[in-house]
Amino acid sequence: MFGKIGLKLIVAVALSTVIIIGIFSYFNINAQKHILLLEAERHTNQLSEAVKSSTRYDMLYYRQLHISTIIQTIAEDPSIRTIRIMNKDGMIIYSSDSTYIGQLLDKDAEACYSCHAANQPLEKLEIRQRSRIYRTDPDSTRIMGLINPIYNEPSCWEADCHVHPKDQTVLGVLDITISIREIDQQINSAKVNAIIFTIIVIIALSSILGFVVKLLVDKPVQELVRATQNVASGNLNYSIQEMSRDELGMLARSFNHMTQKLAEARLQLFQSDKLASLGRLAAGVAHEINNPLTGILTYSSFLLKRTRSQPELHHDLEVIVRETKRSREIVKSLLDFARQSVPRKNEADLNEIINRAVVVIENQLDIAKVKLIKDFADELPAVTVDANQIQQVFVNLIVNASQAIGPDGGTITVSTTRIRLNPYGLVPIKNATCPKGHDLLDSEMKIDGLPSIKIQAKADGNTGFINLDPIYGRNRNHYGIPIKDKAFVDVSCPKCDVSLVYEDKKCPKCGAPVYFLDIPGMGRFEACVTKGGEWQHWETVEKEGPREFVEARVSDTGCGIPKENLDKIFEPFFTTKGQKGTGLGLAVIWGILEKHDGTIKVESEVGKGTTFTIRIPSQRKP
Amino acid sequence: MSNTVKVLVIDDEPVIVESVVRLCSSEGLDVDSALDAQEALKKIERNTYELIITDIMMPEMDGFQFLDTIRRMNIQTPVIITTGYSTVENAVKSLSEGAIDFLPKPFTFDELISCTQRGLKYGQILKSILSKKMPGQFNDEFVPCPVSYYRLGYNTWAYPDNDGSLKTGVTDLFLKTIGSVKQLHLFRTDEEILQGNMCAQIETDADLIHNILAPVSGRIMQRNEALISEPSLIEKDPFFEGWIYRVLPSHLDKELSQLMPCSSNQL
Repeated sequence: MFGKIGLKLIVAVALSTVIIIGIFSYFNINAQKHILLLEAERHTNQLSEAVKSSTRYDMLYYRQLHISTIIQTIAEDPSIRTIRIMNKDGMIIYSSDSTYIGQLLDKDAEACYSCHAANQPLEKLEIRQRSRIYRTDPDSTRIMGLINPIYNEPSCWEADCHVHPKDQTVLGVLDITISIREIDQQINSAKVNAIIFTIIVIIALSSILGFVVKLLVDKPVQELVRATQNVASGNLNYSIQEMSRDELGMLARSFNHMTQKLAEARLQLFQSDKLASLGRLAAGVAHEINNPLTGILTYSSFLLKRTRSQPELHHDLEVIVRETKRSREIVKSLLDFARQSVPRKNEADLNEIINRAVVVIENQLDIAKVKLIKDFADELPAVTVDANQIQQVFVNLIVNASQAIGPDGGTITVSTTRIRLNPYGLVPIKNATCPKGHDLLDSEMKIDGLPSIKIQAKADGNTGFINLDPIYGRNRNHYGIPIKDKAFVDVSCPKCDVSLVYEDKKCPKCGAPVYFLDIPGMGRFEACVTKGGEWQHWETVEKEGPREFVEARVSDTGCGIPKENLDKIFEPFFTTKGQKGTGLGLAVIWGILEKHDGTIKVESEVGKGTTFTIRIPSQRKP
Repeated sequence: MSNTVKVLVIDDEPVIVESVVRLCSSEGLDVDSALDAQEALKKIERNTYELIITDIMMPEMDGFQFLDTIRRMNIQTPVIITTGYSTVENAVKSLSEGAIDFLPKPFTFDELISCTQRGLKYGQILKSILSKKMPGQFNDEFVPCPVSYYRLGYNTWAYPDNDGSLKTGVTDLFLKTIGSVKQLHLFRTDEEILQGNMCAQIETDADLIHNILAPVSGRIMQRNEALISEPSLIEKDPFFEGWIYRVLPSHLDKELSQLMPCSSNQL
């Protein structure tokens, strides 16, 4: 339910939690264990010192009963298991448990081992070394034992009993064993606590993470998946509505941008394709239909001549001739459409072209009670266009607008402005050489219809070619060899192998080296050598500033175009005028603008009117 | 047969052939027909024709190839090209390849007859020139086009003025083929004309209406109003006072290259 990413994240977080808390608990519990054991040792040592001091006097006077009583009394404490005193020979002479008295301990017994490990028994030992921890059997609780040597001292060998000679160092050993079950229990409970803590942390983190993933990742991803499926099934109008500001939001935005571009490209492709096949169709149709029409027109016009004396027949024949002539005009318009020859471009002023278009249709506008308002920009930059074709565009648009206005009249506004668009991602590199003057343009490999720039590339020990996108700043490069993202590429001229990389220049974005291409007459083009490094700089073009376009808008106060028709209006044969239209007007406009590197957009609101916006690049050469 | 004039019509569409035969016969012309160019060539070898009307798109050999073939055979019979695919390119190509006229389908009775009459008259003028011509002697049948002019076929001329505009008109030879002018029907100022397409009509005393094909494309800046009040002016001075339109050309360089400079020959 969290989706795969959520689950993976949770597993990863749970593992990290286990590792972090595990390491922390290990050291923490170990430290705790260490402190507790030290404390127990110290405590045991104190106890043994106490036993030693309290029995010292009785030892001197050899009051055996007293000593036994003291030992037994002290040993009544529940944590103390045994208190034993051994003599030098290892025989237990006193014990809290009287059954042990008289037993002889082996030197290898674990209580004795620490001192007697070496051949010569040690006499002085640290507390650490005097203590030992053991189990009587594997299932029993752990036991800490501490031996405390009883040293010879003057009062011992001077005592009346003369039991101990003067040269003895150690007279015997006091051994105390206590149960450390409590410490073990504490440590165990600390371990259990750590495990419980870990589980709680994992559950809490998983829930938070799951919730966050669901909210921040799962929902937008679901939406993206839905959008992708929509696009896959052909619905390019689908756009993602809710968008966050994070990377997924960025992805969604760029997805929307992509579908929009795809839709435009598809429309364009569709249109071009349609126009081309329509051209072929029109030519065929014209040829085929004109022959039978010739039969009709010649005979009917011949008859018309011969029937002047028969008014009724004459009139009927007039209709036939008139309608056949009309058919002739329709077929001709089809042919004109198919003809749409390559535009013959000259420098022109768009305002003047529009003025000419207006002159042609002024009378029609007057009759239709349409007021035409011209809102022209002063001094538009010149455009390089086929003036006739562009005039046809405006005639068609204005006629359409006046037809949309209806019998009560209305207003058509034609405005022109100059607009500027950034050269980055727009200006083509039409020529490029290496410093030795070798032409780098590759006409065989075209990127979006323009010849690419071919350079030799070396990366990760591979040598091959890269075809660079000829549009400045667009970076749709074609890599002939596998190159990792962000890897530095050593580029050189494919003809003379001269390096194209600057020795000292660094990319201002990522610090990688920078390569260059000489653009004859237009300075140098520079770009970052990393794959995926998008930095490019073309000083000459940047200095010229943004590209200029001339924009013209034709707005009417007519009936508007319903939303469902907006996509179709540029399609050939789409018409809402019924018998009156051929449905070719806007398709022709589209074709004309396409051949001028121009664009046309439409916005419309039913009942309020329609605006067509046309953009044509100004003739200033890039 | 002595008084009838032989016309050959070539078209792969029987209805075209039949209608041309029927219409021309009604005007007293003797019309022969062929359904393809090969058949026509065979007929040309056997008979002499005064005028040939041929379609462009035909199986095996098209109209242009046919025209080229008979010119190589040194047959100077005037040829009218007609086609259902009546584009500017076809019109201009027809006239520059040596056809004397271009008749787009579908045509009316009047269009066919006026075109045929012009063609026949052209043939007569040509014959009379050839029969009389001596080396170094100018013909006295018609005034040739001035040297700095350009012409479309033998029909119309264009003269580039210094200000970038073009003056257009019809040639004297064309006027000689149509007979005396009764009336002119011109386009309005600011209308567009298209190279090779009809741009004006001349009505003659014989009640025929002749279509004038535009030598260039462009917008009509000015038309010769004097011609409307006095149509005969065009016959008196077709190359200067009798001009028809002043045109702002839309594709001057390309279209001018498709016209013939009048300096090249004497038509």
